[in-house]
Amino acid sequence: MTPSCQVDNAMSETSLSALAAQLAARQVSSRELAQQYLDRIAALNPSLNAFITVDAGRTLAEAAAADALIASGNAGPLAGVPIAHKDIFCTDGWLTTCGSKMLSNFIAPYDAHVIQRFKAAGMPSLGKTNMDEFAMGSSNETSYFGAVKNPWDMTRVPGGSSGGAAACVAARMAPAATGTDTGGSIRQPAAFTGITGLKPTYGLVSRYGMIAFASSLDQAGPMAPSAEDCALLLNVMTGFDPNDSTSLERDKEDYARDLQKPLSGLRVGLPKEFFATGLNNEVAAAVDAAVAELKKLGATTVEISLANSKLAIPVYYVLAPAEASSNLSRFDGVRYGHRAPEYADLNDMYSKTRAQGFGAEVKRRIMIGAYVLSHGYYDAYYLQAQKIRRLIADDFNEAFKACDVILGPTAPGTAFKLGEKSDDPVEMYLNDLYTIPANLAGLPGMSLPCGFDRQGLPIGLQLVGNYFSEAKMLNVAHQYQCVTDWHARQPEGL
Amino acid sequence: MSLSPDDVKRIARLARIEIDDAQSQATQGQLNTIFDLIATMQAVDTRGIAPMAHAQEVYQRLREDAVTESDRHAAFQAIAPAVENGLYLVPKVIE
Repeated sequence: MTPSCQVDNAMSETSLSALAAQLAARQVSSRELAQQYLDRIAALNPSLNAFITVDAGRTLAEAAAADALIASGNAGPLAGVPIAHKDIFCTDGWLTTCGSKMLSNFIAPYDAHVIQRFKAAGMPSLGKTNMDEFAMGSSNETSYFGAVKNPWDMTRVPGGSSGGAAACVAARMAPAATGTDTGGSIRQPAAFTGITGLKPTYGLVSRYGMIAFASSLDQAGPMAPSAEDCALLLNVMTGFDPNDSTSLERDKEDYARDLQKPLSGLRVGLPKEFFATGLNNEVAAAVDAAVAELKKLGATTVEISLANSKLAIPVYYVLAPAEASSNLSRFDGVRYGHRAPEYADLNDMYSKTRAQGFGAEVKRRIMIGAYVLSHGYYDAYYLQAQKIRRLIADDFNEAFKACDVILGPTAPGTAFKLGEKSDDPVEMYLNDLYTIPANLAGLPGMSLPCGFDRQGLPIGLQLVGNYFSEAKMLNVAHQYQCVTDWHARQPEGL
Repeated sequence: MSLSPDDVKRIARLARIEIDDAQSQATQGQLNTIFDLIATMQAVDTRGIAPMAHAQEVYQRLREDAVTESDRHAAFQAIAPAVENGLYLVPKVIE
């Protein structure tokens, strides 16, 4: 198993490596472990709303199978450790809603590749987590199944779109969870709830069976308390899949291999654009303190520029809706999901089904996409956005000549109040200012806890690495977590 | 650029989303705010820049022309809103 910190900082007994060790030593069975988490879910979910579907019978059956796998001696390193899955992953026999009324009756007839991987690893599913509808949102408030509450302050959002995943890990209702990230949907909720989350290089994790939002940007990744946990989960999730045409054929990597490496000589790039106006002072101070901590560990810093990153939001709100308008055209009431009860003809059936099945934000984005792709506007919007996308990616390529990893805040502020931004789409979009550039470039990005503001809300630190440098990023994050305990803090009173 | 209520209705029709007058009024304001944000990219000189459609320069893989799927007809139609004799039912489109 992975070695833990050289410096012991009260790493939780519920780290994945600790749970795996207890299972391997037969101190606990997978069934007992799953039951403990199910009990906690039963106690906390009514107030947090982090799960859309919980099915104790299925979970315990999967846990019993994991116990048999462990007894057979053929188990992988995480066998028996339970995990929660974002409700965007098709899961055979489970309700798979994507947070939408459109799929509120959809029982998936097959497993997404990510689900297949976790099943093969012997990791039982604790249920399907709540999310913004079709992953379109930064607060989890667009879910048809209601908002998720932030475990650190129930009057605040957990971030989005993987808000249920983030909240369930933060409240220790699951030792880990899967998430997906199109413009920050793993990293921003991780930041808002004080956990660690990683969006891998585009193409490392198969998108097969992951309900598509913007296919050139969507990428699944792990969410858990620590970087070490994320490394172990990444070992399970990544790998070539012929069912995804953009899946990359690469040699298998151990993402935990460099966790213990010292950071001496590490060059940390600080993009000046990420520390400019608009950044909350307390967030800036916490990020500065994290930089100082990394310097103590031997890192050096260099100022870099991502000059075109300020255009990332407008570019994203052309490209992502354009891809979404195409992807979501499949929801027409013919083959699965919601169909309007009454209609006059076929076109009326489509239009009523989609008007009833989609929420306001999803409709807005489909309409933006339909418009920017329509005749006469394609060059001015879609093509222009794709050209600026290249400028943004080129900025990163240039920056990585001078540094090994880029560091900045994950989000401009901490968790905001429920309802605070839900009436103003543009205000909501600005939350993803620092996370979207990595999606556009296809680079790996992660968020890890680096402090709290005066209201006791977690602050997230973002690392962006070069293509395929996940092991390096996890090394940096793990070494930081060996000398800090922000990631080990838990909300009180739950 | 500013969208009119008629523009909004035209887009909604393109997207196959039914919308009434009150909704198109509300949507018009929101979409215009979003397009104001998007308009900031129009000032950028992108002459000579190749569009980037994708993060990785990958080629389209080919595979053997062989059947790889099993017949899951029944499982897939079990979740359909309306089927009959193995066919998906929709309102009549040809008289």
